[in-house]
Amino acid sequence: MIRDITLGQYYPANSVLHRLDPRVKFVGTLLFIISVFVFNTFPGYGVATIFLVAMIGISKVPVKFMFKGLKAIFIILLITVIFNMILTPGEVLWRLGFLKVTREGLIMAGKMTIRLTYLVIGSSIMTLTTTPNQLTDGLESLMGPLKKIKVPVHEISMMMSIALRFIPILLEETDKIMKAQIARGADFESGNLIQKAKSMVPLLVPLFISAFRRANDLAMAMEARCYNGGEGRTQMKPLKYHSRDYIAYLFVFLYLGVSIIFRIVGI
Amino acid sequence: MSIKLEHVYYTYSPGTAYEIHALEDINLTIPDNQFIGMIGHTGSGKSTLIQHFNGLIRPTQGKILYNGEDIWGEKYNLKKLRSEVGLVFQYPEHQLFEIDVLTDVCFGPKNQGLSQEEAEVEARKALEQVGIPEKLYKKSPFELSGGQKKRVAIAGVLAMNPKILILDEPTAGLDPKGRDEILDEIANLHKMRGISIILVSHSMEDIAKYVERIIVMDKGKVAFDDKPKQVFSHYKELEKMGLAAPQITYVMHALKDRGMDVDVTATTVEEAKNSILKALGVSVPKNEQKNLTDDN
Repeated sequence: MIRDITLGQYYPANSVLHRLDPRVKFVGTLLFIISVFVFNTFPGYGVATIFLVAMIGISKVPVKFMFKGLKAIFIILLITVIFNMILTPGEVLWRLGFLKVTREGLIMAGKMTIRLTYLVIGSSIMTLTTTPNQLTDGLESLMGPLKKIKVPVHEISMMMSIALRFIPILLEETDKIMKAQIARGADFESGNLIQKAKSMVPLLVPLFISAFRRANDLAMAMEARCYNGGEGRTQMKPLKYHSRDYIAYLFVFLYLGVSIIFRIVGI
Repeated sequence: MSIKLEHVYYTYSPGTAYEIHALEDINLTIPDNQFIGMIGHTGSGKSTLIQHFNGLIRPTQGKILYNGEDIWGEKYNLKKLRSEVGLVFQYPEHQLFEIDVLTDVCFGPKNQGLSQEEAEVEARKALEQVGIPEKLYKKSPFELSGGQKKRVAIAGVLAMNPKILILDEPTAGLDPKGRDEILDEIANLHKMRGISIILVSHSMEDIAKYVERIIVMDKGKVAFDDKPKQVFSHYKELEKMGLAAPQITYVMHALKDRGMDVDVTATTVEEAKNSILKALGVSVPKNEQKNLTDDN
């Protein structure tokens, strides 16, 4: 039941996107998001669509996984659309009491929908083709320069990878404890809010205890292996750029260039 | 009172890259008052299978009948089923949460709708049967030792008066002494309460001594389902599944191969000893016999 929740939603497949250096994918996603906001016209969004569809094709990930992320932002999307529609001044198309829908509002709402949707799908492509560990490795390497201004880059990325590592474990644990308590007649579904909150106690107490125990064990295991932070630490799989990564960089920067040209020319 | 599984299939995460066929075409009947051992290598599907018995998992295909009724039928009361088919998970000590032992054991019976007093009667009975002394009743469950926690958790399910009790690896993480104690207590429960017990394990030694029927799981299928003696006679096939017959089976086969006329189907040390003595033509007084088995 709970197994269905995917956070680190990596989808294993054998594609060029999967093999790319995580730094390229991260920078690429960032540039794509920027481009979506640089494009301002519908022909521009056409170019972004072509780029996005091409990426989905290359990634070999089933399309339905791409749209899964959209469910989470559906409410935000709805609110954005409604507010844009009724609050943008301009040529009134339709009126109901003090509410009025304008032509400009409709266009604005359409653009915002496209932007938000592409933003989510774009980042989904990255998370679907990159394992959480690669992602944190990539981030650590990209944030490397920040070490100069005393940002604890290594510690941050270590915390991130531990947190990511623990999510599926804790989910599984929740599932197990939930089942054990259901087997003892616990009821997590019926009742009003207070009863529901109360029925969570048999789940939360064992879960917290197990989380603390695991954290303690992990800290002990790290200490036993003489872990002492990032100073002088090497990696088992150091990130290295291959020729395909440079080509990919070239490609995404070209794409960003196109979007800027579109903006300047005004198409 | 019986559970019947008809052509049960179960698939984890169907339709994704992580699809796993955990169970394939399982047909089983669990009758009344039987002590059953279920054995299988890690990942053979035994934990998935037992969760079907009390309706925690819904089979992808196939039917599960309890007393002839389909448990996934429209108006079936799953809550009642779960109180009649008690399931003790692996590491059950991880499910304890109450402020003291007695209250924790009362959790199940109270969910069944018993009053505080009635629940306590059941809880005390269950705690006594698993060998928890009264002085521990008011202690926090988190202060107990591993073996004690495990017993309290088993009592938590037992207090619901199940007709069938399923225990998933109840001896995991215990020392040999704790293991024997728990297994003896489980065997006693079977006798005292007259309930069916399914003991899940990956160790033949644990099971051989107690059960009257063994179900061997391999790669999501039932490989063998028979009396222990019959199952152990397939010890070569069991090895291929990453399992093993009890050590004594190997000893007896080796003796037979060297020309000694012993019974190779002996499953316990005692049986084996008697058979060897018979083959040698020696008899041993009864009391000494008992001492010998205690050493195993």
